[in-house]
This record gives sequence, C-alpha cells and structure tokens, in this order.
Amino acid sequence: MVDKIVIENLCIDYGGVHALKNVNLCVKEHEILGVIGPANSGKTSFLRALNRLNDLDISSRLSGSIRLNGKEINREMDVEEVRKKVTMVFALPIPLPMSIFDNVAYGPRRHGIRDRKQLAEIVEKSLKEAFLWDEVKDRLASSGMKLSGGQQQRLCIARTLAVEPEVILYDEPCSGLDPISTAKVEDAMRELKSRYTQILVTNNVKQAARVGDRVAFFLMGELVEIGEAHQLFTSPKDQRTNDYLTGRFG
Amino acid sequence: MKIRAKPHFSVSTQTQQKIAFTLLGIASSLVVVPVIVIFAILIQKGWPAINWQFLTTMPRMGMRAGGIFPAIMGTLYLVGGTIVVALPLGVLAAIYLVEYARRNFLTRMIEVAIVNLAGVPSVVYGLFGMGLFVIYLKMGVSIVAGALTLAIMILPVIITSTKEALQSVPRSFREASLALGVSKWQTIRYVVLPNALPGILTGTILGISRAAGETAPILFTVAAFYLPRLPKSIFDQCMALPYHLYVLSTQVPNVKPALQYGTALVLVGMVFLLNLVAILVRSHIRSRKQW
Repeated sequence: MVDKIVIENLCIDYGGVHALKNVNLCVKEHEILGVIGPANSGKTSFLRALNRLNDLDISSRLSGSIRLNGKEINREMDVEEVRKKVTMVFALPIPLPMSIFDNVAYGPRRHGIRDRKQLAEIVEKSLKEAFLWDEVKDRLASSGMKLSGGQQQRLCIARTLAVEPEVILYDEPCSGLDPISTAKVEDAMRELKSRYTQILVTNNVKQAARVGDRVAFFLMGELVEIGEAHQLFTSPKDQRTNDYLTGRFG
Repeated sequence: MKIRAKPHFSVSTQTQQKIAFTLLGIASSLVVVPVIVIFAILIQKGWPAINWQFLTTMPRMGMRAGGIFPAIMGTLYLVGGTIVVALPLGVLAAIYLVEYARRNFLTRMIEVAIVNLAGVPSVVYGLFGMGLFVIYLKMGVSIVAGALTLAIMILPVIITSTKEALQSVPRSFREASLALGVSKWQTIRYVVLPNALPGILTGTILGISRAAGETAPILFTVAAFYLPRLPKSIFDQCMALPYHLYVLSTQVPNVKPALQYGTALVLVGMVFLLNLVAILVRSHIRSRKQW
C-alpha cells in the first residue's frame, strides 16, 4: 500500500514542555491506524499536529516534517487545505447549533457549494456513509443537538465526510458513548476503510484491537512500537508495550 | 464526637432560613420600588398632557404650549446615528480583540483603555465632542457631531458586552469548524457571531438607553434650545428629549408641570420601547439557541 502520510523526526513542545520526541512513522493509504498510550503520552498532540490544529495553541512549537501525499503540510500547504483533506472527529460530539442538514452541509457550503440539489445529495451520501441516514432522514430540519450521543458522533463523522477528506482523525471518539453506540461508530469506521485513511486515538485498547489494522503505542511522547494489530497485541516486541497491554503500569 | 449542648437561645435552621429569605426578598423588592414610584408619578402627572397633538406638533409660545415633536424626532435621529456608528465599530473591535489579537502589552493597554472609557463622566464626552467634532473637524453643532460623541460614549458598553458574548461561544464550536478546513474568518462569521448575537444585542440595548437619555454629551454638540422645525440634514442642529426636559424644568419660567412630566414620560417610554424591540429580537434568537 502507498504511504499516505510520512512523518519524520516530529517533535512538539508547548512552551518548552516536550509532548512528542522524534516520532517517525508512516500511515498507509486506506488503513486504520490505532494509536494507544496512557494519558500524557502525546497521542492527542500527535493527532492535532496532523491537521495543524496545534497551530491554535500559540505556545506550541513543532519541528520535523509531516508529508501528506508527499507535500509538507506546514511549509508547502495552506492550513485550510490541510484541514480540508485531514479532518477531525473530536472526543465529545460537537454538533453545531443548527439543524442536522445544516450541520452536514456546513463544510461544503463554506467551501463554496451553493446549489441546493447538490448539497442535498452530499448530505444524503454523507449521512448514509456514517450509518445515520435511516435514523434521521425524516427529521433533517430538526436540531443536531437533539440527537443522542452516539447519533451526534455519527453526525460529526458525516459532517467531516461531507468535505470529502482523504484522512479522518478520531480523537477518542467513543469516550462518551455507550457500548451499542460505540459499536455503531466502529461499524461506520470499518465501512469507510475502502475510501479513507483513518487514524484512531483511543484510550480503549480493545477498540484499537477491534478496528485497527496497525497499532502504534506512544509513551511519554515517544513512539515505542508500531506494528500489525494482531502482532502488537499478541507478541509485542517492546517490554513497555507488553506492560501497558497487560495493565502492569499506567 | 462530643454532642454539643443546645445553646439556650438557639434559632432553628428553619427560622434562620425564613429570616434569610425575608431579608433577600426585602432587598430585591426595594430595588424595584424606585422604578415603580418613578413610573407611577410620571404616568400620574404626565399622562394628562399626552395626546396626539402633544406628540406630533411643534412647540409654541416659547415651549409653553404645543408639542414636542422635534425633540422626539431629534432623539430618534441621534439614537439611530449613534447605533449606526457605534455598533459596527464596537463589534469589529471586539472581534479583533477576542479572535485575532495576541495577548500582549498593546492589547492589554487597549483593554484597560476601554474599561476606563466606560468610567469617563458624560460631560467630559460632551466637551471632547465639542472640541473634536464641532470645532476642530468643523462639523458645527450638528446631528453628526452629537451622534459621533454619543457613539464614543457607548463604545465601551458595546465592546465589552460583545467581547463577553464572543468569549462565551464554546471553543469546541470553533475547532469543529476549523477542523473542516473552514477559514478562521468564515468560522467567526458563520459559527461564532450567530451564537454571540444575543449578547451583542444586550450591549446594544444598554447603549441605546444611555444614548437616548444622556444630556451632557449633546449639550454642546447638537442640542438646540428651541428649534420649532425638523432638522434639514444631518449637519443641522436638532432638539432632543433629555435636553428639552432640562430646558423646560430649569430655563423657561411658567411652564405647566404637565408638559415637563409629559416630556419625561415620553422619553422614558421611548427608551422602554426601543429596549422592548431589542429584547424581543434577542429572545427570538435565544429561543433558537440550543446549547
């Protein structure tokens, strides 16, 4: 498979406090990369570097390179272009305070699509891809905030799909959801594999095992180990990975 | 644990609660009393003076008879002009301060300046407006000069309330929008501003009330003592309700008290109406707000 994102010597610090040290890794096209690690291991910083949301924190400093399709995202691309191609689903579902339809149409509208028919098609397609269409197709005009937590999170996924990204980042997307909603979100992720590259940061090791093709383990800002999911979970190469997976520290 | 003997003069917690509630209740009713008394007196003494003629005709006989039409229109012009200037300026400044400006010495100085502007006495604004707009910029005693002076006076109110409104929009909304590749300005325009609108309107309400009611800032910049006609252009003088009321009460002998009270009632009623409109708009927007 083709390398979608190539990360070399990535270091991030916030006002002198290191969050990531010398991370090198590749994300392959159309894979789901699970990222696991304890709190403060740098996994969220890693994720937010990939679509330059770290830029919002003025104390953050980044060195090294992140290449998307061969282009360096901090030096060779506009920030809007990066974020349009690499979108993000957050830990808590954040529907915007508008209708379900408007939530999904928000991105395309801002990117200049005005045609009603075209927008309606995008909304339907995105909601179907996120496994939400059947549940909301009769009430697209009602508020996105009235949906249940799991539905809201799938709405957020639909919203990111509507801008036709290439990479989708998930920052602990199921941390506030019940097991059934979690299963639905995971189903959506598996279904999306054929067209999108996905990176899933999760505190739930089992979730990484369920949906991840490969899994990366971060600890204290370092990438300890990355490998095929079944290999990493059954026979980790690094003692620290083994300790984390067996719950011996953390 | 040692069980404490009940003191002899104990007050049960329920009694304490009753006393506290009573005190709190008295305090809040006391706040309302002056408002009610003012309204009661104004209505009682001013209502007889109010009729269609009073509202729609020019003053006559050195303001001892006739209506207050030019003063009503003058105040409307002034409030309108003030909002037209102060609202966009204040909102834009607040957006810059909240969304774009980095926290540094300069922006902190700007914020201190805004807070201090709010504390400047209104007569100082009046003199400042006369010096800058009327004399230096050669606008003369005119509606423009008065509206600009009032606008400077209410700018801090509008900036401060707009800033608070912008800051109250959750950061997560901004990130959700930015994460879709939507630009910062579009995020502000389509996510932040719509959700900050109720707060911005609150500031506008406060601004309108102040602009309509102040006398000192318009004293040297726009207000005409006696001008029984409507202003011809925005470079003309005009009468205004607060100043007219002042004139009727202190400068003209032998005015019927009903005229004074009537004028005051119209002024209060106008501010009340303007506020009511803004409050209705705000509650309409709030009813659509869902978080």
